[in-house]
Amino acid sequence: MSTREAFGKALVRIGSESSIVVLDADVSGSTKTSDFRKIYPERFINFGIAEENLFATAIGLAYSGLKVYASLYSVFVLKAYDQLRIIAHDNLEVKVFASHSGLTNASDGWSHQTVEDVAVFRALPNFKVIVPADAVETDSVTEESLRIRGPMYVRLSRSESPIIFDKDFRFEVGKGNVLQDGSDAYVIANGNMLSQAIKAVEKLKKEGIRAGLINMSSVKPLDEGLIIKAAKDSGAIVTAEEHSIIGGLGGAVAEVLSGSYPVPVEFVGIKDSFGQSGKLEELFEFYGLTAENIASSVKKVLERKR
Amino acid sequence: MNREEVKKLKEISYKMMLDVLQMTTEAGSGHPGGSLSSKDIIAVLFFKVMRHSPRNPAWEDRDRLVFSKGHAVPILYAALIEAGYLDRSYVTELRKLGSPLQGHPEWNPNMMIEATTGSLGNGLAIANGIAFAGKLRKKDYRVYVLMGDGELQEGTVWEAAMFASHYALDNVIAVVDRNGLQQSGPTEKSLSVEPIAEKWKAFGWSVQEVDGHDVEALYEAFRAAGEISGRPKVIIAHTTKGKGSLIGEWVTEFHGKPLSRQELEKLLPQLEEKHKEEMKELDVN
Repeated sequence: MSTREAFGKALVRIGSESSIVVLDADVSGSTKTSDFRKIYPERFINFGIAEENLFATAIGLAYSGLKVYASLYSVFVLKAYDQLRIIAHDNLEVKVFASHSGLTNASDGWSHQTVEDVAVFRALPNFKVIVPADAVETDSVTEESLRIRGPMYVRLSRSESPIIFDKDFRFEVGKGNVLQDGSDAYVIANGNMLSQAIKAVEKLKKEGIRAGLINMSSVKPLDEGLIIKAAKDSGAIVTAEEHSIIGGLGGAVAEVLSGSYPVPVEFVGIKDSFGQSGKLEELFEFYGLTAENIASSVKKVLERKR
Repeated sequence: MNREEVKKLKEISYKMMLDVLQMTTEAGSGHPGGSLSSKDIIAVLFFKVMRHSPRNPAWEDRDRLVFSKGHAVPILYAALIEAGYLDRSYVTELRKLGSPLQGHPEWNPNMMIEATTGSLGNGLAIANGIAFAGKLRKKDYRVYVLMGDGELQEGTVWEAAMFASHYALDNVIAVVDRNGLQQSGPTEKSLSVEPIAEKWKAFGWSVQEVDGHDVEALYEAFRAAGEISGRPKVIIAHTTKGKGSLIGEWVTEFHGKPLSRQELEKLLPQLEEKHKEEMKELDVN
């Protein structure tokens, strides 16, 4: 199941909360808010293809005490940066669930992909930035979003994501999850890179390299304590994200480590470029986002450690 | 509206002008010109048309004013002082570090500042959001929004115009302060905004045009707008930038440039004399 589908289902469940309004820019079939629309049509607003107007109106709705859930393609969320700045400044109850993010809108090409969205939202004060890895985590993030104060940017995928977490998994904002303990190095990954990282860690294990693995879906706030602990326990870190290596998870981890406990870090991610059309697997290979890339980055960071 | 009410509003408008001039001179920056073109609109809204309660500022049923032309905020602060939301001592606090009187409005419902603005083009959509929420919750408050004329060059204004009429937001009453000037000169030279009335009509709005310094005409327009249901309403208020301040009227440089202390001191007695004459005329007519 894709994370956008998991969001759509969870939204229906929390939708009985009468202060929730769902905003759409004529893509509810794709973002999966269409199920909410069917059940609560009076609290569903279609803005047509007008994203700036959607987020400006969201400001007024949130001022009035409503909890705004806005779901559209991540690339079109970015069209409304001016309005998102106000949402951030006023610390408003606007939850952005951005679908089709990263490269997952693969065949549509660069105009429908985002490589920079996490960096943009990290830099906006007050915004929380969450990159869930699978449907279970997305469900929990959606549920939890009702209790999390202030604006949130949640990065969802168009494509299917393999299920990683048990169904009783609970997302906690600002907390990473250790999936595997390690002594040689730690891989810190999120979103679609988590399943790649799992494969990489298994492969390395067979080669006698004990790499740990942390899911860091909460990019902001960041679990600084866990990152520092991983650095202390292993002395080397590899970050993996389906995003530019500028300003995303890797940057956030490096900011923590350089300030508190410097160790060598290798960054798996998109190297300062846009995407293009292709099959998703082809794109992951082309941009260096595979388990192979993570494994070789671990080896590289181990060399730097010595 | 009777003569006493007209006199009262003109008196308030005059006092707010003095506050705007003092505030911007004290701050050494700010936008006195665009503040003063809105002074009579704000006077009529705050002290005649809008339902609000200084003793209970965050009253849920209050009418809202979204101040979309955020650079003209000194006139809003002046109104808040005049209405009792802000202490008069704040006249010296404009644009100072840590002051609630920031260079552009910041959302503060406890002070009747209903929206964070400054980046032009967003106020109408914000007003739509507040209006939509009102309809959803079966509240009968109205949402007023004050826009600049140069602001109409922002595309978001027209996205919001389309939205308000599609969702029949008849609790939205917009005012365009048509002072004719923007930062670099006349609007029609920078980028034509005319024909303004036809544009709003084409977007499904009810449109009125008034003299934006005639408090009776303004009140009448607001009253008429309040009676129209089923669609949003806009009032195009024809105004003069720097209105009433003698030196500033129709001078583009006045847009973002306050008077020096010396200039203000020299000007004050002249303003008082002019104001007295105008009030006398009201008595005669």
